[in-house]
Amino acid sequence: MTDLTALTLAEARDALKAKTFTAVELTDAYLAAMEQARVLNAYVTETPDTARDMAKASDARIAAGKAGALEGLPLGIKDLYATKGVHTQACSHILNGFEPTYESTVSANLWADGAVMLGKLNMDEFAMGSSNETSHYGPVVNPWRRDGSEVNLVPGGSSGGSAAAVAARLCLGATATDTGGSIRQPAAFTGTAGIKPTYGRCSRWGLVAFASSLDQAGPIARDVRDAAILLKSMASVDPKDTTSVDIPVPDYEAAIGRSVKGLRIGIPKEYRLDGMPAEIDALWQKGIDILRDAGAEIVDISLPHTKYALPAYYIVAPAEASSNLARYDGVRYGLRVPGSDIVDMYENSRAAGFGTEVKRRILIGTYVLSAGYYDAYYLRAQKVRTLIKRDFETVYAAGVDAILTPATPSAAFGIGEKADADPVEMYLNDVFTVTVNMAGLPGIAVPAGLSAEGLPLGLQLIGRPFDEETLFTLGSAIETAVGTFSPAKWW
Amino acid sequence: MSVDTATVRRVARLARIKVTDDETERMTNELNSILGFVEQLNEVDVAGVEPMTSVVSVKMRRRQDIVTDGEDAVAITANAPVTEDNFFLVPKVVE
Repeated sequence: MTDLTALTLAEARDALKAKTFTAVELTDAYLAAMEQARVLNAYVTETPDTARDMAKASDARIAAGKAGALEGLPLGIKDLYATKGVHTQACSHILNGFEPTYESTVSANLWADGAVMLGKLNMDEFAMGSSNETSHYGPVVNPWRRDGSEVNLVPGGSSGGSAAAVAARLCLGATATDTGGSIRQPAAFTGTAGIKPTYGRCSRWGLVAFASSLDQAGPIARDVRDAAILLKSMASVDPKDTTSVDIPVPDYEAAIGRSVKGLRIGIPKEYRLDGMPAEIDALWQKGIDILRDAGAEIVDISLPHTKYALPAYYIVAPAEASSNLARYDGVRYGLRVPGSDIVDMYENSRAAGFGTEVKRRILIGTYVLSAGYYDAYYLRAQKVRTLIKRDFETVYAAGVDAILTPATPSAAFGIGEKADADPVEMYLNDVFTVTVNMAGLPGIAVPAGLSAEGLPLGLQLIGRPFDEETLFTLGSAIETAVGTFSPAKWW
Repeated sequence: MSVDTATVRRVARLARIKVTDDETERMTNELNSILGFVEQLNEVDVAGVEPMTSVVSVKMRRRQDIVTDGEDAVAITANAPVTEDNFFLVPKVVE
């Protein structure tokens, strides 16, 4: 039999339906691939027994003619999603041993549609990072390497395990989350497709919270069609998350391959950064040419508050994180380090349980929310956020359907390469993606080419609220023009 | 604005995170770098701008005011590091 892991999610779905192979065979192929790829450190927990049981149940449902939309399709789940009875730590030591007694809404939606769980995927601790180097379980290795090099590169973050696992064919698709770029940046670094839907499209219930007004669930997949199929199952309105929105979930897959003729694509001049690598600029131009050749209308636009999105994010996100992470007290779950009294116990537990980046953000957040500083920092940042959102509303009101930008300012970099750098340098990875979270909009990253060194580079499309369909249409147009990209297997 | 080591110690205390002297020193530098970066927000004219409270303007849905769960002490305490008879155990807080 040919290598089953080479199929896309859509191809595997159709083959299962045609009974070309069984869900158990497909799952076994993935479990074997995972075993061979442990050097990548993409999974923090493998659940082979659960996977085989779920696959057997899928085969029974397929035989009975009761197959769901994702029947028998093996997926990886980011460690940030609560999975009943299975390791859920957001890759933090402070959640040591945590196995929830409940299931997140998004993962429950996937299982209800017949998907198979392969295990939990590595990530930056509490989703705080852009390189997957802050995980308590160590860095994830990008399956991509520079041409002729054996240097290990980062897969991006925070959904680095999700992106690496999809690129290395260790799952058909993966769940991820995006607070400032954590789906789109790793997708760009690994040649995969990732979408952060509109805030409210997916339920946040059962996701370990980082910054609640910014966090959204979304998929990372082999190609744009697979991302559309996964998002359709993940999205839902949920009484357990009052910010989830009660709008019907469209058939996103139907948007693949639709004509882009007449769509107006905005090119924001503020995204043309000083010192941007020439190849990122060239990639952007290539994307513009592809969409124009496909019949879209290209218009220059201005989003004047773009440069303030990242600094405002580094007030809002840490502020919300410091509040959300106050729950880790060594009492209700996770790590507990004894102390001389209760405050000493709290302080010892949190000192031992949180990593450096998480502590840094909690301290920043605590500081900007502390008495006397709230107005100067948090309130001002929330006002700037209003202005950022207004920039987008203005261009959409003027008839722009979507906005095209680069996904990241560079290709993947080496593990440890930025270890001694200023924290702000790492934060700049998210300069193109963070505006989208600040405004609550949908954004998709699609692979668009390779760098001179042979590494994948991605473009980002930003849409109107709840218009993920246009993003899938445009993303598939780019994909049709450039194809898809896979790393050469070395592991 | 910038912070000194005393401020970092005070903030760490508020955040209930024990920090060593070395950590305090390092965190002070890093926090100042981040605070320096966010300083540019002062350039923005925010007069008359409402602070954002929600990215999606939806009316908060209300649910029926009825009990939907409870009576589940075993599940709630299942992941606690120290429990007794479905109670969380903490160090003595009242003499």
